[in-house]
Amino acid sequence: MLKKIGIAALAALTFSGTGATAAGGSTHIHDVQFSFEGPFGKFDQYQLQRGLQVYTEACASCHGLQYVPLRTLGDEGGPHFSEDEVRAYAAQNFTVYDPEIDDDRPARPTDHFPGSNLENAPDLSLMAKKRAGFHGPYGTGLAQLFKGTGGAEYIAAILTGYEEAPECAPDDFEGDYNSAFPSGGYPDECKIFNEEGIELGRKAPGSWIAMPPPLFDEQIEFADNHDNTVHHMAEDVSAFLMWTAEPKMMVRKEAGLTGVILLILLSALLYLTNKRLWAPLKNRKSP
Amino acid sequence: MSGIPHDHYEPRSNIEKWLHSRLPVIGLLYGTLMIPTPKNLNWWWIWGIVLAFCLALQIVTGIVLAMHYTPHVDTAFASIEHIMRNVNSGHMIRYLHMNGASLFFFAVYIHIFRGLYYGSYKPPREITWIIGMLIYLLMMGTAFMGYVLPWGQMSFWGATVITGLFGAIPFIGEYIQTWLLGGPAVDNATLNRFFSLHYLLPFVIAALVILHIWAFHTTGNNNPTGVEVRRESKAEADRDTVPFWPYFVIKDLFALAVILVVFFAIVGFMPNYLGHPDNYIEANPLVTPAHIVPEWYFLPFYAILRAFTSDVWVVMLANWITGGIINAKFFGVLAMFGAIVVMALAPWLDTSMVRSGRYRPMFKWWFWLLVADFVVLTWCGAQPAEPPYSTISLIGSTYWFFYFLIILPLLGVIEKPEPRPSTVEEDFDHHYSKSETPAE
Repeated sequence: MLKKIGIAALAALTFSGTGATAAGGSTHIHDVQFSFEGPFGKFDQYQLQRGLQVYTEACASCHGLQYVPLRTLGDEGGPHFSEDEVRAYAAQNFTVYDPEIDDDRPARPTDHFPGSNLENAPDLSLMAKKRAGFHGPYGTGLAQLFKGTGGAEYIAAILTGYEEAPECAPDDFEGDYNSAFPSGGYPDECKIFNEEGIELGRKAPGSWIAMPPPLFDEQIEFADNHDNTVHHMAEDVSAFLMWTAEPKMMVRKEAGLTGVILLILLSALLYLTNKRLWAPLKNRKSP
Repeated sequence: MSGIPHDHYEPRSNIEKWLHSRLPVIGLLYGTLMIPTPKNLNWWWIWGIVLAFCLALQIVTGIVLAMHYTPHVDTAFASIEHIMRNVNSGHMIRYLHMNGASLFFFAVYIHIFRGLYYGSYKPPREITWIIGMLIYLLMMGTAFMGYVLPWGQMSFWGATVITGLFGAIPFIGEYIQTWLLGGPAVDNATLNRFFSLHYLLPFVIAALVILHIWAFHTTGNNNPTGVEVRRESKAEADRDTVPFWPYFVIKDLFALAVILVVFFAIVGFMPNYLGHPDNYIEANPLVTPAHIVPEWYFLPFYAILRAFTSDVWVVMLANWITGGIINAKFFGVLAMFGAIVVMALAPWLDTSMVRSGRYRPMFKWWFWLLVADFVVLTWCGAQPAEPPYSTISLIGSTYWFFYFLIILPLLGVIEKPEPRPSTVEEDFDHHYSKSETPAE
């Protein structure tokens, strides 16, 4: 059975003209100026803390973060909570099954976040990295390179992408219309077909998503009284999920910068050494 | 070892003499490092050192990664996340390894095209060229199997598509595919054997690299003029060459440092730019990704694979002659491997008496067209298999074969080469008396 799928996939990819890109519409992903973009960008510790709160209160009932150890909430370059705060957060919010006592117990910093509770709610640990596929323009990925458009923008766009469904759609169509969601259901009434029944385009961007709108204005009270409109909460939780996907980003950028500076110095020294070494051979006529 | 006359190692102290009479290892190192090297080598000759560095980098980072990785379908993906989050500097080691593969292929492509331009494949260096092609094939195999190990969506579906190519071989294909995978589909057996081979093959590559170096140390390096170093006497050879150490070691290390600046910037600031985001989704045999794309360094040959569809007349002809044994799918596979075979046969397809492309006025144009063709095919490989990309791929693939099978044999007959310098020394002195002003 699996082999059949594989061969079918191979055949579809390799030898027929009906690629996956023939169908499917556009989505609208707006660029957000996140603090962590660019070679010198850093996570905003307070934004990550707010994002964790949004995650805990709005996302965690269905979604999980199975790859993220709770103790890393105390890491520098992350939300950077104190040890006590991490311990309290883990114990208050999550229970885990402990095979030693054969029972559930409150989570400890050494545990991971729990996985998803619902089968069709994907784990969010790596969401910001697996949805970073913006390859425009012309497949070069340069927009991602220069504007930093990536997975965090995708998440923010989904969370703010719930809009009035287009008029062409039947009222009872399953799910909620979201202008940023690329891969959900789409009613035939909103597709444009040619005479042969081949889809030419779609009347509205996005598609219908199974997740009901998870955020609404003033849903969450932040301790620092930060703006709690959907727009701001979406950005905060997107930043937090960027951190869960790439927790070592700041260490990595520092290492990269140190490497680049040291190698530029080394290059300069080797350049001078090389010049001096070859000079007698190249200018044999001059003294 | 070399045919070019040069000094040999003379043990001086008693301990050196003692060792030398028992195991002449210092002499071997001396001979290798002090090899007479044409002094006119230009900057296109630095990529060998970069490649040696890449092999070392991949082996060292790979050994550390293997200490923390688990080759099992249930835990492979999670063990990568463990490396990224919990292992000390694990994220840097993995990103170095991931992007190291890209640097490796970037360097090998420039190295190959340098050989094609300056005729480094021509007699007496055919063996060096053939070993180089074998190294390149093993690199592709190693990189492909390495990409399967994280067990993401692209790992799984890439493995499914590529092993499916072997399934396209008539009659025995299905058995070969099953044998490669260790079962009817990509599964735990596949992951285990790919891990084992991914660990083994780099050491085979290292052995072939030693043979590659041995071969060109025997014939002497080619150089931008293609004119052989004079080797009648040591005095003459000394005027054409300088010892590899320190002259080219320092030059190559300088170039390597500059290249590593760019490499570290990529690893530090955008380590996932060259990867596919879908590989951060755990492998799922029930969900096919919308668009299966191999890593960038396979794209030109992937484009050739997909270019020959059943509506191309050559394919129809082959199909008719063989009574349907060669179908479009198998034709594509043959074309892909054939593209590498014709490149490997370049020493025997090129009929020109002149080695370096620098003195071949017509060859130059065709060569640069081949480079452009390679870039276009890389781009086409990343696009969906539909018009206009399929047409561009077909034109590009045709030119690839046209260059090796028609142009190279033909040019040797019709082309009138330009005059060449008589010695390497003449080329070197001419270059530096004209353009170089004395350093202050």
